[in-house]
Amino acid sequence: MDAIPTYRVMDKEGKVLVPEEEPKVTEEFATKIYKDMVTLNTMDLILYEAQRQGRISFYMTNYGEEAFISCGAALDPSDVIFGQYRESGILLYRGFTLDEFMSQCYSNEKDHGKGRQMPVHYGSKKLNFQTISSPLATQIPHASGAAYALKRAGKKNCVMCFFGDGAASEGDFHAALNFAATMQCPVIFFCRNNGFAISTPADEQYKGDGIASRGIGYGIDTIRVDGNDVWAVYNVTKAARQLAVDEHRPVLIEALTYRVGHHSTSDDSSAYRSKKEAETWMRYDNPITRLRKWLHNKGWWNDETETKYRADIRKEILKSFSKAEKLHKPSLTELFNDVYDKPTPNLIAQRKELKEIIQKYPANYPLADFKNGGEDL
Amino acid sequence: MSSFRAATRPLIANCWKINSKRSFHLSRVCRENAPPPAEGFMPGLARSKLLKHTHEEALKNPELVDTGVVGGETKKMNLLQGVNDAMCIALATDETAVIFGEDVSFGGVFRCTLGLAEMFGKDRVFNTPLSEQGIVGFGIGMASVGHTAIAEIQFADYIFPAFDQLVNEAAKYRYRSGNEFSIGGLTVRSPSSAVGHGGHYHSQMPEAYFAHTPGLKIVIPRSPIQAKGLLLASIRDPNPVIFFEPKVLYRAAAEQVPTGDYELPLGKAEVLKRGKDVTVVGYGSQIYTLETAIQMAEKNISGLSCELIDLRTILPWDIDTVAKSVDKTGRLVIAHEAPKTAGFGAEIAASVMERCFLRLESPIQRVCGWDTPFPLVFEKFYLPDVTRCFEAIKKAVEY
Repeated sequence: MDAIPTYRVMDKEGKVLVPEEEPKVTEEFATKIYKDMVTLNTMDLILYEAQRQGRISFYMTNYGEEAFISCGAALDPSDVIFGQYRESGILLYRGFTLDEFMSQCYSNEKDHGKGRQMPVHYGSKKLNFQTISSPLATQIPHASGAAYALKRAGKKNCVMCFFGDGAASEGDFHAALNFAATMQCPVIFFCRNNGFAISTPADEQYKGDGIASRGIGYGIDTIRVDGNDVWAVYNVTKAARQLAVDEHRPVLIEALTYRVGHHSTSDDSSAYRSKKEAETWMRYDNPITRLRKWLHNKGWWNDETETKYRADIRKEILKSFSKAEKLHKPSLTELFNDVYDKPTPNLIAQRKELKEIIQKYPANYPLADFKNGGEDL
Repeated sequence: MSSFRAATRPLIANCWKINSKRSFHLSRVCRENAPPPAEGFMPGLARSKLLKHTHEEALKNPELVDTGVVGGETKKMNLLQGVNDAMCIALATDETAVIFGEDVSFGGVFRCTLGLAEMFGKDRVFNTPLSEQGIVGFGIGMASVGHTAIAEIQFADYIFPAFDQLVNEAAKYRYRSGNEFSIGGLTVRSPSSAVGHGGHYHSQMPEAYFAHTPGLKIVIPRSPIQAKGLLLASIRDPNPVIFFEPKVLYRAAAEQVPTGDYELPLGKAEVLKRGKDVTVVGYGSQIYTLETAIQMAEKNISGLSCELIDLRTILPWDIDTVAKSVDKTGRLVIAHEAPKTAGFGAEIAASVMERCFLRLESPIQRVCGWDTPFPLVFEKFYLPDVTRCFEAIKKAVEY
């Protein structure tokens, strides 16, 4: 059997391969996507470095996977998103502010998650982006369930769910696809196939024709796309959305890309692949460069706007970064809140117990780092 | 199987070499403005009297007497090297033994399997697809036909997709077949516990979920010597064992470890310090917090002497050693990182109350994580730290 083909719109040089596939977008629309890609990349560089300096505890970069921002552009803002952890770009596109990113990474009092989760575990009710959790693939069946609920509510919306090639080995992935197919859920499954699950290369992760072939097995409309091609990703997401919303058909998209960065700041990928391999990839094919060349060809972007935007956004990110660094950690009382809708008797008793210990031994705890010095526990 | 073991024994001598030949690439020198290492820091560990820093101290352990390592060599190893050495010996002495899990082939995310694929071959040390239920189920299958399966779950927080395989399959395999089948060759290793920056999903200590499952054994080592001896015993025990490795100790805890093949007993607690007034029980990295709290208490309360017990095996746990101690001291403090409600401390407290009711002179104290998910930024306030353990000892003796 032939391999499932890969849908592309532009080549590595940003040249359109099939003119009728080029999306009819405005300058403003296209440059917003590009600017967000550059912002994401700049933010990654700064926060990665901040982790190396011990200023934040952890970070995961999106290097090489910036093109997925265009998924955000193809969706309606009220469509629900379930991410894995490398989808910061879509949040950025939807309007998550630099301050919101920085506050989460700094676990400060303005973090939506109240400092409880590791950096990059973003979430925003306002932006219909469900909060990230570290376990892999657990979000995929959630997406099927949420999509079924949207359908029942008669909404003209879909759910989009992101995960990696590694996560597709978990049972949750298979259950989710089968549920979505049998219950005709308006959901788009988007596999970011970047070639690695931490150190494990794709050829040790699965056999057969990639993740896409699994969708076909479950009776789901499936397409494979060049994940470094912003317009290809945009087009397939848009078409998938239409199938999901209008016909209640789930869709699987397998986007082929390459994880240029380490898995996370806890990982040193030189232990299992050569540094050269990643560098070569970056030079050979970079989604940001591709779109920039496309914009150049259109006359919508030039070297001057490039230099200016990069300098401006870097300044803005650093400003937001130092602002977040200066803020207090959340109030200590947040340790006990939100386990349930209301504190239960055991939690009330434990809060009191901690309060007494802190009052007795204040010097043993870093109280000054927290909002109100721990007074409101 | 015995012929396999005899034939491969000379390989053991090479085990330590893979550790000394290759440096563990993630080890970093701690410096100002550096990120915390993935496995975190454990303050106070450097001063611990529980780690054996000399050859003589290491071999003085009465549990090593009949193991044949007493006249042998020791080498300085940290906990992850102790674990690596145990697995190396397990593979060298048992031709059916294999190691597998996510990312184990290049050495594992904590480097516990470093060098083993090169030494024993890719068919014996291999990466699996990313599926915990698959990993444990696969291991059960290998063990069901008599092989030795050493499975790694990358973090204890991620063991739950394998809950069904462990609880309904591994634990009941022998019982449900009338002892015709067993999967005793299965050992599941998993890094666990707090590290300072792990948040919800890189910090949990899930021993209590599994302690409620007859048929499983659960082991948690506190040091390199213990990790090596207990892991070898777990791998060779004819029952499925879950082996939780406190990852904060991987690099921070180092001592002289016998290089030979030895096992330490499962189901046996160890009295680490004798005392007469209060029994203090813990396991894993919590032991060092308790050691410091005891030092504080003995300094602050004149004449106080505390007895410290490392449970080591959570299931089946050594109630005799604990009850004997409480019969003597009349007081008990238990500490663990997992939440208090239905934590393993509850089991210890209830059992000791049944056995020692008339000897108890004060209410049993439990110092545990609060009944919340593990909270990143509040970790220092969540953990049963030295202050809270000290306060509990004080409360027990001043009642």
